[in-house]
Amino acid sequence: MSETQAEKTVDARGAACPGPLMDLVGAIREVDSGSVVALLSDNDQSLVDVPEWADESGNEVVATEEEDDYYRILVRKA
Amino acid sequence: MTREVVIVGGGTGGSVLANDLADRFEAEIDAGDVRVTLVNDSEDHVYKPVWLYVPFGKREPSDGRRPLRDLVDSRVDVVVDRVTDIDTDAQRLTYRDGGGPGRYDKLVLATGSTLAPDEIPGLAGGGHNYYTEEGALALQDELLSFTEGHLVLSVIGSPHMCPAAPLEFVFMADDWFRKRGLRDDIDITYTYPIQRVHGNPHIAEWAEPLMEDRGINVETFFNAEEIDAENGVMTSMEGGELDYDLLVAIPPHRGIDLVEDAGLGDRGWVEVDSETLEAEHADNVYALGDTADAGVPKAGSVAHYQAGVVAQRIASELRDRPATETYDGKTLCFVETGMDAASYVEFDYENPPSPATPSKKLHWAKLAYNESYWLTARGLL
Ligand SMILES: Cc1cc2nc3c(=O)[nH]c(=O)nc-3n(C[C@H](O)[C@H](O)[C@H](O)COP(=O)(O)OP(=O)(O)OC[C@H]3O[C@@H](n4cnc5c(N)ncnc54)[C@H](O)[C@@H]3O)c2cc1C
Repeated sequence: MSETQAEKTVDARGAACPGPLMDLVGAIREVDSGSVVALLSDNDQSLVDVPEWADESGNEVVATEEEDDYYRILVRKA
Repeated sequence: MTREVVIVGGGTGGSVLANDLADRFEAEIDAGDVRVTLVNDSEDHVYKPVWLYVPFGKREPSDGRRPLRDLVDSRVDVVVDRVTDIDTDAQRLTYRDGGGPGRYDKLVLATGSTLAPDEIPGLAGGGHNYYTEEGALALQDELLSFTEGHLVLSVIGSPHMCPAAPLEFVFMADDWFRKRGLRDDIDITYTYPIQRVHGNPHIAEWAEPLMEDRGINVETFFNAEEIDAENGVMTSMEGGELDYDLLVAIPPHRGIDLVEDAGLGDRGWVEVDSETLEAEHADNVYALGDTADAGVPKAGSVAHYQAGVVAQRIASELRDRPATETYDGKTLCFVETGMDAASYVEFDYENPPSPATPSKKLHWAKLAYNESYWLTARGLL
């Protein structure tokens, strides 16, 4: 497991696109500015969708970690 | 002892399932060995796709309502009540008015979607929608008197019912205003939360050039943050800002709270195995249709196909046979591309959609389906 701490973790494993990104957007809505949300996704498309959305929305992808069979993408809310 | 099968929700999925089970268990129900109960919180069955046509003055909400008891086999016990609590360990249910069976052997949740406009500040009072009966009627009033300005259709939540319906609305509005000679005075903008115009890349690829041809503006990566109805401005989480004169929004969706309270899944959607439709967090519980989080569209056709799978599985299980039927993700959808043309898509877990060239024939097929829906709900079609 990773060292990076997240205030909130969204488990979107098993969800088809655009599920993981929408789950992340929902979680970002709910946390305070500066908080980190961890998205767990096993959909490769998330590796593209999440950084693109973060760029667009001004939020920051702080880490992308590869676990056994999924990704853990950490996003800090601007 | 009589085996109790309880279905919560008498919409598309629940009604098709109840009729299918009545058919399969004819002998057992007559002998008192099995009882099938369908619990719905209103007397009427509602066919929501009619609401798309209401704002344009093409249909009345009453076209989408029928008494549930008229649609369901007389072998099924129809209970008009609301389930308020599920205890999945004891396999017991609590009802608002104490109506249905307390115990279940097999429970199927078919409770559909609810709208959650309150999640977006300003949306409840500031946006119109055609996702409820009242919403569709209020929008009809607005649309019929709208002759100039900026119409914005904003998809705020995903997942939402019928992923095609927002596209259909802007295609229909474009054509409707054109036919009435008003299109030059009306701008139409469509917003979508991700980087393309539809969740499914194949449908997005098909729809985007159509929107361009029609002069429908597109704003992607637009997740509404706040609606300022007084000034007619919506802002997005991505820092975008849109002025509007008439806002038609697809509000965030949720399932029902008791699903979360029973530990069956987040946001009121039941976590299920996407093939067997069994709940992940309880035994003897299935979910189908909108409430099942199977990673497929929230569409009536999905609820219909899933009902056939769940019926076969429950029948096998109660007869101590292995349940073999699985859901393959099958989804069918007619997509209106104007007031008298439509496309059609069909896909499943393995095969992506390939939208048909829009035609009048497909439009008539959609209208014909809407009429014959009542036979579908009865289990005849
Ligand atoms: C504008 C619009 C257009 C659409 N167009 C299409 C289309 O063209 N094609 C298509 O396939 N789909 C379409 N859909 C989607 C389709 O209507 C839904 O996906 C479908 O109704 C889902 O069926 P369901 O059985 O899961 O839920 P529903 O049909 O919503 O039924 C759920 C039922 O459960 C009841 N209920 C909820 N909670 C409880 C409780 N606790 N106790 C008792 N009863 C309860 C509800 O009152 C309701 O009667 C459209 C939807 C909308 C809004």
